[in-house]
Order: sequence, then structure tokens, then C-alpha cells
Amino acid sequence: MRKRFLPILISFFGIVMFARLFSLQILSEEFGDLSLKNSVLKQFVYPERGYVYDRNGKLLVSNQPMYDLMVVPKDLMSFDTLDLCKMLRLTKQELNKKLAKAKRYSFRAPSVLLGQISKEDYATLQEKMWKFPGMYIQRKSVRAYHTDVASNILGYISEVNYFDMETNPYYKRGELIGRQGIEKTYEKILRGKKGVTYLQRDKFNRVIGPYKEKQLDTLPTPAQDITLSIDIDLQEYGTKLLANKRGGILAIEPSTGEILMSVSTPTYAPNLLVGRDRSANFRVLKQDTLNRFLFDRSLQGQYPPGSPFKVLNALVALEEEVIQPNARFTCYSGHFYAQNQFMECKCKPGTKNNLDRGIYNSCNTYFSNVYRRIIDKENNAPDGINTWHSHLSSFGLGNYLGYDHPVGQSGYVPNANFYNLWYPNQLWNGATTVSNAIGQGEILMTPIQLANVTAAIANRGFFYTPHFIKGIQGDFIAVKYRTKRFASISKEHFEPVIEGMANVVKKGTARIASIQGIEVCGKTGTIENFTRINGVRTQLTDHSMFIAFAPKDNPKIALSVIVENGYWGGRWAAPIASLVIEKYLTGNVKRSWLEKHMMEGSLEAEYAKVTSNKPFSINE
Amino acid sequence: MNKLARFDWFSLLLYLVLFGIGLINIYSAVYNADDNSVALSFMQKQLISFGLGVILIFIIQFFDTRFFERYASIIYLVSIGSLLGLWLFGTEVSGAKSWYNIGSFSLQPSEFAKVAVALTFAKHLGGFNTQIKKTKDYISAFVIMGIPAILTLLQPDPGTALVLLGFFLVLHIEGLPSFFFICLISLFVLFVSTLLLDMYWVMVAILLFAILYIALQSKQKRKKIVFPALLVSIIFGGFTYSVSYIFEHIFEQRHRDRFNILLGKELDTQGVGYNINQSQIAIGSGRFSGKGFLEGTQTKGGFVPEQQTDYIFTTIGEEWGFIGSSFVLLLFLVLMLRIVRVAYKQKKTFSRVFCLGFACTLFIHVAINLGMVVGLVPTIGIPLPLMSYGGSSLLAFSVFLGIYLRITYQRMD
Repeated sequence: MRKRFLPILISFFGIVMFARLFSLQILSEEFGDLSLKNSVLKQFVYPERGYVYDRNGKLLVSNQPMYDLMVVPKDLMSFDTLDLCKMLRLTKQELNKKLAKAKRYSFRAPSVLLGQISKEDYATLQEKMWKFPGMYIQRKSVRAYHTDVASNILGYISEVNYFDMETNPYYKRGELIGRQGIEKTYEKILRGKKGVTYLQRDKFNRVIGPYKEKQLDTLPTPAQDITLSIDIDLQEYGTKLLANKRGGILAIEPSTGEILMSVSTPTYAPNLLVGRDRSANFRVLKQDTLNRFLFDRSLQGQYPPGSPFKVLNALVALEEEVIQPNARFTCYSGHFYAQNQFMECKCKPGTKNNLDRGIYNSCNTYFSNVYRRIIDKENNAPDGINTWHSHLSSFGLGNYLGYDHPVGQSGYVPNANFYNLWYPNQLWNGATTVSNAIGQGEILMTPIQLANVTAAIANRGFFYTPHFIKGIQGDFIAVKYRTKRFASISKEHFEPVIEGMANVVKKGTARIASIQGIEVCGKTGTIENFTRINGVRTQLTDHSMFIAFAPKDNPKIALSVIVENGYWGGRWAAPIASLVIEKYLTGNVKRSWLEKHMMEGSLEAEYAKVTSNKPFSINE
Repeated sequence: MNKLARFDWFSLLLYLVLFGIGLINIYSAVYNADDNSVALSFMQKQLISFGLGVILIFIIQFFDTRFFERYASIIYLVSIGSLLGLWLFGTEVSGAKSWYNIGSFSLQPSEFAKVAVALTFAKHLGGFNTQIKKTKDYISAFVIMGIPAILTLLQPDPGTALVLLGFFLVLHIEGLPSFFFICLISLFVLFVSTLLLDMYWVMVAILLFAILYIALQSKQKRKKIVFPALLVSIIFGGFTYSVSYIFEHIFEQRHRDRFNILLGKELDTQGVGYNINQSQIAIGSGRFSGKGFLEGTQTKGGFVPEQQTDYIFTTIGEEWGFIGSSFVLLLFLVLMLRIVRVAYKQKKTFSRVFCLGFACTLFIHVAINLGMVVGLVPTIGIPLPLMSYGGSSLLAFSVFLGIYLRITYQRMD
């Protein structure tokens, strides 16, 4: 008899089993995670994205249901492929390709067969879903736009990419993010915060109920609606006025810094970037390098400011006390600013211009003298130009303004270092850089910078950082949009300049911009510009530019208008600005003939010259 | 001594506790929050079997020990008959013809064959002239356990066949010549190495081993052992060949896969290795104190197949953690060791051998089942005694326990 055999065997087994259980349950860490991955489904609950309103409470952006046709390959049975293809406007090959892709992804788990089906298609499909076992329709929410304009302001949302997920762990695959425009700037506010719900699932990935009685679940934080400062009617009106022309309008309410409109043409309807055709449409918009639909001319377009810049030079000169408003310079249809260097002007020979006349006649000779006095004040051009530069910087020039839209350009204002590099022997002075006097040369400004300068002039010396936001539901807008910024020009120096600008409209270069009963102050610009055609620097027809604010006292609107290759300022930009002002201040436009002329006027022929590959003449 | 105190209350208590724990975990394994009726119907069936089991235990107490001794052969013949009858009246469930359908209940006669073999063994070894060391006696013992084993293997139910062959342990304990145990171990080593290595390498190794063995003997002895040594190596070679043949030609792919997974020849957590992998995840994720009753995510998700039957221990491991699973393991160890201890207190060989048979059957069941769910033993479908869902197994172990209680109560006689 082997009495001990069985007890030893049983004990040995016991020890081995205890050790195994200990190693499985206590020592190894991996199984807990594995079981959660296996059986607990973490599902996010998304709050509805916030709405966007305009300054008058008009709804601009809301959400709409969109439908994804889902497929579970395991449950598929033979169905009428032709019928389905016809309803979804697919070819049979395309359908088969999509089905194969879904099968590759997972046999049991659902995948998207066709995403973003419109409401209309959904209606017909819904009726016939019983014919397609293994498929079902999943509802999701996408943006709905209630306007055909302002796509450049509103921007768009799109699915997060790898980079977004890397930089912000909040985002998970398949989620949406504000990609452009105010959707991007106010992403956190518009999106809210998603909640989490944990679900128990079985071995087939099917959800079989909540996990731990929802103890771990978190509720989503609702999104906030926002109100924009833009006036959508004005935006729409401006877009119409700029039809068939490339250009931009940017208008600001001077007393608050709120942006009333930001038009860039040609533009596209925001709804183009929603739904099934989104990527095809996006490609078309992106690939047009001439019209540049996705380029916001009012925020990103950098132009030499041209004659409107003269008012800034006047302000700097007054502040630096190098001119008196009544002091006059004589113009001989231009002047020699250096040996054999003549700058033309439209004045009659022998015209004596003071500040007022200098502005409303836009006298090049007058402002060349003003500019040279600023720069050569101490016979030290570098110091002079740096002083000039610092005054201009106080208006926010040469840098980003800090507004709440992701796109923009800094523009450019040269300083002493720039010219020291350009002229290594340091032999430069006011005369050498005289183009700056009339806003040509090295200076670059964007329409929003021009409009902001105009607002600062209208305010007699201060401005608020321009912004698109007017209100956030249950919250304040950022402090920086409620804080005054002062230009380094004393208040009293603005009055003579504003007088001149008022006369521009009354009796100067922009008489067409005058509105009965409203005193408009403005300044026209005619901007020489160049491009490269087949590598050759070629001058194109001048840009038409206008800045204005109105009314003269207690101004309500300040704006800048640029019409690319529109020739002189009074031709397109000034009338358009004037119509916008009339529309905004009075609600309706009396000069319908002018309105019609602007809306129907086209510069397409002008733009076609560049791509025609033929010699062409300009400014005709 | 008080009459009632002689009764093995402790083993009965362990039986009840193990059954209770099993019942709770079966409930959890089949629990469905939306539809409680499924779980309740499982409960109902298991409780009916339990009720029947308790009644049987009670009835058995009124029989005399000699009754079992006298009628062991008849019980054995009835049992063999019921196994044979499966060929005619059996119902096939998942490929094996192991069941009789009686109304809504089904009965697995091979479960009861274990009791019959234990009784017959006890009677055979307890006979006046039986000497286990004698060739005639151990051959007849082999036949007693061989017949039902072969019949269940043919169903095919290799798990139960293995349990029946486990009675070999009883013979070994009772003094079977060591030669057989050494053979068994050698055959096991041969079996594993044949699966791991190529058949021909194993045969070459056997031959080399035999030659070496002969060469090491003294000259006088050498002549005597050449023939037996060669015979043994031929038998071993034949075994190797048949293992290889059975594995390649008789086994189905699923059987092959089970061995391959366990021997580390294949790694596949989605296909064949799924069961083993999922049951280890379930047990492992229970950590120290478990996820709590009805909180097991693996259990709720139904990731472990057959969880209420063969894999019931995974629910315990997941929901009650290391504490719960080692408690259950401890209960089984205590029960088995107690039965062995009681066995050696018996004066009659019949009683002792029966108790040892009971202990061995429990041990084989527990060792293979628990070994399987923690991934130490290949997937062999046998239930965890007293805990797994299933009437036949519960009833058979109830009968086992009933006879054990009755026999040990009379040990003074």
C-alpha cells in the first residue's frame, strides 16, 4: 500500500493551483485592462454644437441631421443592388468597392457604407430599408448654414486628423473640430464638452446595457451659442456689390471695435462644405489659384495702401510738429525729389496746397514734402524713420491686430534696419524712400488694418482690437476686445485731417461717395501693382481703394474697400463704400442707379488679361 | 459514542457549501439584466437535480453496506448495459452520443459508471483471495475499468474516459507493481515528446536508450536482459508510432489544436486558443477581491464559452477574485484530503477502496477542470464536481457522497 501517495498528489496539485491563481490574479497586471478592452465600451455623448447669430439676432449657423448608411457585413443578405445604387446615385462597382472595404474593416461590427446622406435621399431610402437586411441608417449632426455669404468669417468644421489628436488628447478619431474661421477660434465654446457613458458589451461587440449602473458616466457640458458682431444683411449687400470683382470690404463700428462686415470676393456658399459633396467641392475651391476662394482678401490680402496712407503721414507730421495745417507747398504737377527724379501729381502747375487741400486733392507733392520733413527732421533719417515707424505701430500696423479669426497677415512697415540693409552705405534719407509718402513702396497693409486705422481716426485717437464676437451665451467676451488702445497721436491733430477727409467727399476725389444728409469722411487710393507673368514683372491696372467713416461726428461705421485692378479709387471702391454706409446708416439705398451700376459691373475682362498670354494695356 | 456524531457531517457540509457557491455563480454566468427568466430556468433545473440528489443521499442511508458489496457486480453490469444502450437510444449532443433524453431532462450514464466502477473495484480488491500483485487480479482490475472507459471513448467522450482510467491511481495506491506506474510515466513522456518532436527522433532515442542500458549491465546480466529490453523498446516504439498515427489520422483538427496550443506550438488567441485565453482573462481580471457579484464584465459579455458548465470557475475567479477562487480550491482540497483520511480509518478493504475511488474521481475532475481553466492542461471537457451546471454530474456525485457517508458510518461493524 502506498498510503502517502494520494495526499501528496492532492497537496502538490493544491500548491501548483495556488501558485497559478496567485500569478494570474495578483502578479500579472495585464488581464484587468484586457477584460475592460474586451467588454466595456466607452461611448461619448456629444452636446449639440452651439448656434451662431449675427448682431441683430439672425440665426446664421445651426445644426441639421445627416444620415450615414451603416452596414453589418455579417447580417447582409442578397438584395437589389440596382435599386440601392439608383437611390444613392452610385455605380455598381463603387458599391461593391464600399462593401468590400466594410468587410475588410470588420465582419461583425458596423461600418459606414455611405456617409452624410442628405435629408432628401434619406426620405426615399427610409421607405425601402426593409429591403436591405444588414444595413441601417444612423443619424448624426452636421452644420446647417442659413446664409449664402460670410463663409470666410464662419469657416467650417471637419473631422479631426492625426495631428489634432496628437496635440489635443480631447479629440478622438471621427470627431469634428472647428477647422477655419470662427468655428476654429471659438471651438471650445461652440463644442461644449462631451460626456462619457460606459456600456457593457458581449463577445459579438453588441451592447447589452449600461456598465456599473452608470456610476462612472459623466454628463456632457452643453455648448454655448455665440453672437457675432457682423450684420449679415450688410455682409450680403457688400457681397452683392463686389460681384464679379475681386476685392474686399471690411467695416468696423469705431465705438466698439466690432467688425460689421468682412467681405471677400469671389466667395462661396458655406453649405457647399457640408454633406456628401464636401470633399469634391473643397477640392474645386482649393485648386482655383486665380479666384482664390479660400483666401480672405479682407483679412489676408496685403496691399500697398496708396493714398489713404497720406492721412497717416499727415497725422505723424502734425504730432512731430513738422508742419502747420495752414502751411502750403506748391505743386508743379509734381516735383523733383532728387536730381532727375520727378514724381507726378494731378494738381495744376503752381497749385498751392495746405493740409486740407493736400488731402482732398490727394497731392503727391504736398505729402512728399510732409514725409521728408518727418524723416529728415533731425537730419538723421534712421531716427526719423524709426519715430515714424513707432507712430504707425501704435495704430497696429506692421503686425497682427489680434482679432478673433485664425487667418491674417501682418502687413509691413519698414524701419531703419530695413533701409540700412537695403543701402549698406547708409546713404539714404527721406527723398530715397519717398514712395512711403504716398503709400506705395515698401508699405503693406490689409483691409482690416486700413479699416482699423480709419476707425482710430474716427475715434480721434483710439481703437478697440477689432473682433467678430459680440456675445457669448452666459459669458463675457475677452477683455482685450473691451480695452481701448491709444494711437500715439494727440487728439487735437485729428480734426484738421478729418476736415480734409470730409472735403474729399464734398469737393475732392470722391464726390461720388457723398450721401445726402450724412457727412462722410474718406480718402481714395489708386494703387500701382505688379505681378509676374511668365517670370516678367508686369504692371497691372491699379487697385481701386477707399477708406471712409461716417457720420463725421459720433461715427457709426468705419470701413475700407479694395477692388483689385479697379483703376482709381473713385471708380469702384468709393461708390461701394458709400452705398454700404448709406445702407447701414439709413437702412435703404436711394441711389439705385449707382447700386445697379456697382452690382452689375464686372472686372472679369480685366482679370482675363493676365491669363490671356497676349500683350495688354492697363488703366484704360 | 453518539450515533449521529459518527456520521461525516463535515463532508456533507462541504458538499452543500460547494453546491451553494456553484449555484450562485451559475446564476451570475447566465444572468441577463433584461430577461431574468433564462437565469431562473437554469436555477430551477439545477435545484431540481439538487433536490433529487439530496433525496438519493437520504435513501441510501437506509441501505446496508453489504447491499453495495453484494450487488456491486449487478450495478456494474447495469451500468455497462446503459452505456451500450446509448448506441441504440442515445441522443447526440455536439458530436457525442452520451445522453438519454427523458422528457425535458437528459441523463448521462457515463457519470454513473464512475460510481459503478468504484463499487466494483472495491468489491474486487476486497475479495478474500484477491492479491493486487498477482497478474490475474490486476488484469481483471484493468478490464473492470477498461470496458466502460473504451465505451465512453467511443461515444466519443475522451474526458470521461480519462476520469475512468483515473482509477489506475487506486490500483497504484493499493500496491500495483511499480512497473506499471513507471510505464505510465514513460508513456506520458513519450506522448508529449512525440507531439513536440518528430516521431522518428523519438524512436531513435528509445533505441539508443535501450542499447545504452544493455551496454551498462555486467556481462552475466546482459544476456538475460537483452530480450526484455528489446521488447520494451519495441513496445515503446509501437506506442510512439500509434500516438503519432492517432494524432495525425484519428484526432480531429480541434483536438490537435488543443494540444498544440498547450504545448506552445501554436499561438492563436482568436481561433482555437480563444477559450483558454478568455478564461484566463476572466480569472486574471478578478484581481485580489474580484469585481463583485453580477459585475464580471467577461461573464456578462459572454466571452467565456460554456461558462455555467465546464468554465464555472472563471466566474468565481472574475467576480470573487483571488480570495473567492482560492477559497473554493481550499474547500475541494479539504474535502479530498478528508475522504482519503477517512478511507484509511476503514477496517474493511471494500470501504477503503471505495473511498479511495471517490477521492481519485474527485481529484481527476478537479485537477483537470481547474488545470484547464487556468491554462495548465489542454481543453478537456469535464465538469467541476458539485459546481458546474448539469444534472447528471451533480446526481452522480450525490450518489457517490451518499454511499461514502453510508459506508463510513458503519466502519465500526
